[in-house]
Parts: sequence; structure tokens; C-alpha cells
Amino acid sequence: MTDAAIAAPTRSFAVDKLGVLIAALAAIAAFLPFAAFRANRIVLGEAKGLFAALPGWEAAALAIVLAAGIGIALFRTPTLWRLATSLVVLALLFVAIGHAGTFLTPPGDKIARVSPGAGFWLLIFAFALLAADAIARLKLKPWTRIGVLAAVALFFAVLLGSGTLNDLSILREYANRGDTFWREAQTHLALALGSLAAATVAGIPIGILCHRSDAWRAPVLNVLNAIQTIPSIALFGLLIAPLAWVAANIPGASAVGISGIGAAPAMVALFAYSLLPVVANTVVGLDGVPPAANDAAKGMGMTDWQRLVTVEFPLAFPVILTGIRIVLVQNIGLATIAALIGGGGFGVFVFQGVGQTAMDLVLLGAVPTVALAFAAAVVLDAIVEMVSPKDTRRD
Amino acid sequence: MIEIEALTKDYLELTVVDHVGLTVADGEIAVIVGTSGSGKTTLLRMINRLIEPTSGTVKIDGQDTRDVPAFELRRRIGYAIQGHGLFPHRTVGQNIATVPTLLGWDKGKIAARVDELLELFQLPAAEFRDRMPSELSGGQQQRVGVARALAAEPKLLLMDEPFGALDPIIRAKAQSDLLAIQKRFGTTIVLVTHDMEEAIHLGSRIAVMDKGKLLQYAPPDEIIARPATPFVAELIGTGERPFRLLSLGKVRDLVESGPAQGEPISADASLRDAYAECLWTGREMLPVVDADGASIGRIRRDDIAHKAERPQ
Repeated sequence: MTDAAIAAPTRSFAVDKLGVLIAALAAIAAFLPFAAFRANRIVLGEAKGLFAALPGWEAAALAIVLAAGIGIALFRTPTLWRLATSLVVLALLFVAIGHAGTFLTPPGDKIARVSPGAGFWLLIFAFALLAADAIARLKLKPWTRIGVLAAVALFFAVLLGSGTLNDLSILREYANRGDTFWREAQTHLALALGSLAAATVAGIPIGILCHRSDAWRAPVLNVLNAIQTIPSIALFGLLIAPLAWVAANIPGASAVGISGIGAAPAMVALFAYSLLPVVANTVVGLDGVPPAANDAAKGMGMTDWQRLVTVEFPLAFPVILTGIRIVLVQNIGLATIAALIGGGGFGVFVFQGVGQTAMDLVLLGAVPTVALAFAAAVVLDAIVEMVSPKDTRRD
Repeated sequence: MIEIEALTKDYLELTVVDHVGLTVADGEIAVIVGTSGSGKTTLLRMINRLIEPTSGTVKIDGQDTRDVPAFELRRRIGYAIQGHGLFPHRTVGQNIATVPTLLGWDKGKIAARVDELLELFQLPAAEFRDRMPSELSGGQQQRVGVARALAAEPKLLLMDEPFGALDPIIRAKAQSDLLAIQKRFGTTIVLVTHDMEEAIHLGSRIAVMDKGKLLQYAPPDEIIARPATPFVAELIGTGERPFRLLSLGKVRDLVESGPAQGEPISADASLRDAYAECLWTGREMLPVVDADGASIGRIRRDDIAHKAERPQ
């Protein structure tokens, strides 16, 4: 009884391990600049702390909210509170950085740039960590996770639509390139999804072939493994010569868009990178089908095709889908490299930005790429969980 | 009827099944016994052509199995294996419906058949039809496996160590269930096992195999009484012979009129059980009752012991 009497109050003040890390990160962030002000897009920035970046009362309110958030993260609090806290703090941080942009930019100045500082990014990271941890602890159902993602996407859509962030440097860059942005977004998605679709259509049959025939398995997997080890820039470069030759020598090839540079070699390279995860996961998935189930299927008179379609493939599907998830996330990232050989995509902004030492432009390419890859991972993880058999085995 | 003639399977230089010939009459249970590597499973799998023979023939009801496509042949033959081989992504009902679905039965008929089989195997249909195999116990999974093999009412059922993965108590229950169902449908069964006890319990004929050769194919009492080779004798276990012989007989066969003292024994018990009871309770004779519990006489220990002697 005494134990319980002592244990109860201690537990309510117990410190959460991850909370310590989050509090430490947030504390460090307090000493880092919240935003940076530059007179134009390429000069060095002038760091602005939280109280310099925002009107006094707004900075004070945010500081209080942050302190409360750190408190909730630091101690063992109910998981739902932690999730709600992290989401509220993250939302307020984005609104605040938008206000900082408006506050720091002299009225009517179209050249000055305000960008988020290291402190802002560290705070985002700390509270995103809290949100991710809370979501993982809540063990949300797949549909709920997709719902949370949709809510977050909607929040950003509203935030961007409202113009709150318009004075930030990254949106200044966007304002200059609105048309190109959406065209490159389309190209980016077409490259990532198109190569994924091609790799799935080709990879699954190749995987089935490798599963059924030992003679094919080792050579095919070794070749695909070797392709994975070629650095991406090298692979894009290596494809220029053969595809240029094809375009020049095979009638009709250039008419359908094949050339040494541009989208065609980018597509081919992404396809080549995508094959290994799809093929390897197909083989592993099919290998994992219980031998007794296969034997029973044969023994009961299923034809090879019936067995493949009704027994092997459904049982291997979650593993194959995991391969497709890897490919999608990988391709969304890799497609940025396509810009190097004129293939388009968000990489265009990244490489232009690097060339002009304009980090805002780099971010215009990088942020949507990261967001897309993240969203793809969340959605596909949820789908993989939905199609996987539930482990309800007894004893 | 199954007629197997000179059936042989070679893998490169190795002969796994060597000129095996045997006939299984309708309604019989033929049990193939042997150690691992004896070729017993290969022999079984050549009957439904999961393994194609190198030479020799298998005829089912006079028809050579090579005259029909393999998948059609297999749909007519029930097939149950060790570890049941249920499809983990399909419900119990869908598993049982596999072969009827392949044969294109209409939905109503399939549903009725699934429910009938579940009830027959003491798995209430309403409760079990829509469960996943992983939600069942090992014994229940095994019953579903046999029910699935019987779904399309095959005249012939092939079983490869069907009870191998079960613990002894559930195994004994599964064996007696199988005998009851076999009696009801008159199904011809070919069953592979490495367990001589199971072979004697289930088999109307036992085929003993070693190193690909069929050593002896005979009813259980003859296998016990007159093993064809030292290997067959060893497989039975020389010390076990009298008791195995007793396990084939029923108390009913030796009942005589007259009184006896103590706890009675059922007329349907095996002579082995009756003898064990005599020894354990130190009695010369036991009263015998029929299934209703009515006394029908007694059985003498000496008579039982006499039955355990080597038949002449």
C-alpha cells in the first residue's frame, strides 16, 4: 500500500526519455536564429532571434506555447495530448514563420528575402519527432494514418492558399516561377510513377521467372544488383551515348521521344534502379509461400496458372508491395537527378539554385520532393498493412 | 480399384521406387509404411502424378492415369498432407470449397457441401466457415485439411502422413474419425506413414517399403505373424509382436458365458486393452458388457494370451 502511495505521484512526474531529447533540441533552438533576413536573394543573411523576428506580443505568445509544448513532451503525458500538442505547435510555427516574413520585409520591398532560420528548422524537427512518436505509440489503423496525412496536407493547402507564407523566400521564388513549378511537378511525377509502373509490369514477371527457374535467378539478380551499385549520375551519363545512337539509327525512335538527353534516359535509368527491389521482393515473396500450401494446391488439381493467381501471388503480394513502396520513395528522390541531363522535374530548381548559390531556389525543388516522398511512404505503408494477413495465430 | 504395375522412379542414377506392384480394392485402406527415404511418399505422389513415373503404370478403375491430363486426374482424387497445407489467406469455407470450385459446381451446392463436411468433422459451420486457418488449433486445421480433400466426393483419397504433426491424443481421435468417415463414404484410401502402430490401426492392408522396394503387401495380422523379411520384423518390433496382434482383435471375439468379478470391459475394446486390464488388476477374467452396458458374459486372461501366440 505504501508502495502504491509513493508510486502514483512519482509516475505523474516521471520524465519521458524521448521528451528529454525533444526538450534539449528545443532549448538549443532557442539560441539559434528563428529567421534570416537578406537584402537580396544571394547576399549573406542577417540572423534574427525569435523576439527580433516577430512583433513582441506574438513572439511572447509563441514562446509560452513552446514552453508548454516542451513541458508536455518532457514528462510522461497521455499520448493523445502529446499528438495534439505537437500538431498545434507545428501549425503555430508555420504561421509564425509566415508572419516573420511579413514583419521583417520592409513594406513594398520585392527584393529582400526572409527565410526560416536554423532555430525554426530545429523546432520543426523536435516537434515532428514528438508527433511521429505519438503516432507510432497510438498504433493508428492504416486508414487513420492516411486521414492524418490528408489533414496535414489540407492544413498546408489552406496555409499556402491564405497567403500567410507569401513573404517567405521560398514562396518569392515560387511566385517568379509559378508556371514552371507545376510543369516540373508533372514531369517529376511522370518520371517517378512512369518508371515505377514500367518496373512493376516488367519486374513481377521477371521475379516469377527467377522464382521458378534457378538457372535464371542468380544471373538476373546479380545483374540487377550490379546496376544498383552504379552511382545515379554515372548511370544517367552512361545512357546518353547508347540512347543517342538509338535515336539516330533506329527509324521512328526519335519520333517517340527517345534521345541521348532529356526524359528518355532519365526514365530508363529510373526503371533500371527500380527493377531490383521489385524483382527481388517478388522472388522473396514467392519463396515465402508455405510449401505445404503449394503442394496441396498442385495435389488438388490446380493448373500452374491457377496456382500462381489464386495461391502464390496473393500470399506474396504484401512483400511485392513493400518492394513497390521502396521503389516509389526511392524514385521520387532520384528523379531530381534527371534535371542534370535535361529530364526536368524538381531537380531543375535544385541545380539552378546550386548554380546561382540561391538556397531558396534549392528549397523550392527540395521541399516538394521530400514532402512527396514522405506522403508516398505513409500511404504505401498503410496499404501494405491493409493487405498483409493479420497475425491472429493462437498460442 | 487402383492397380499399380512395375512402377519405377529413377532420379539420375538413383532408383527411388523400384518396380513396385500392388492392387488396392474399392473401400480398402492401404497403408504404405517405411522409414524416411524408403520411397513411400514418391510412390504415393506417382498415383496422382505429382511425380511422373519413369516406367510402369497406374490404373484407376481400369483407366491408365496417363490418359487424362494431370490436373483433371488430381481433381478426382482427394489429397491430404502432413501440416494440412491450408491456404492461409482463405477462410475455412473457401479452403474446403477449393476442388468443387475448380470443378465449377454451382454456389448453392458448394455452400451446402462445405457446411455438411464441417458438421461431419464436428466443426459447427456457422462458427467455423468464415474463420481463417490461423485461428484454428492444430487438430482443427488437420480436420479442415481432410474435409477439403473429401469436398468433391472423391472415390479415392491419398494421404501423406496426415496425422504426423498432431500430438498423440488428438492423433488417436483423428484416426478414429477417419475410420468412421471411411466407413460412411466407402472411400478407398492410400495412406503413407512411418508409424507401424498407425498402420496396424488403420490399414486393411499394409505395404512395407524399404530402399524403393516393396517388401511385403498383406493384411496386418499376416504382416505381424509372417514378416517377409527381417526388415519387416524389425519395423514391427519383435518385442511388440504379440501385443500388436492383440490390438487387432476385439473382446467380442472371445466372450464366453459365465460370471466374473470387478469392473467390466466393453465388448468393443481391443484384446490388448483387455489383457492390460487383467494384468493391472490381477484378475483371471473380466466381465464383458455391450455398448448399452448390459452384461454379455466374460473374457478369460488365458484365452487372450493364447490369441497372442504366433499364428500357425
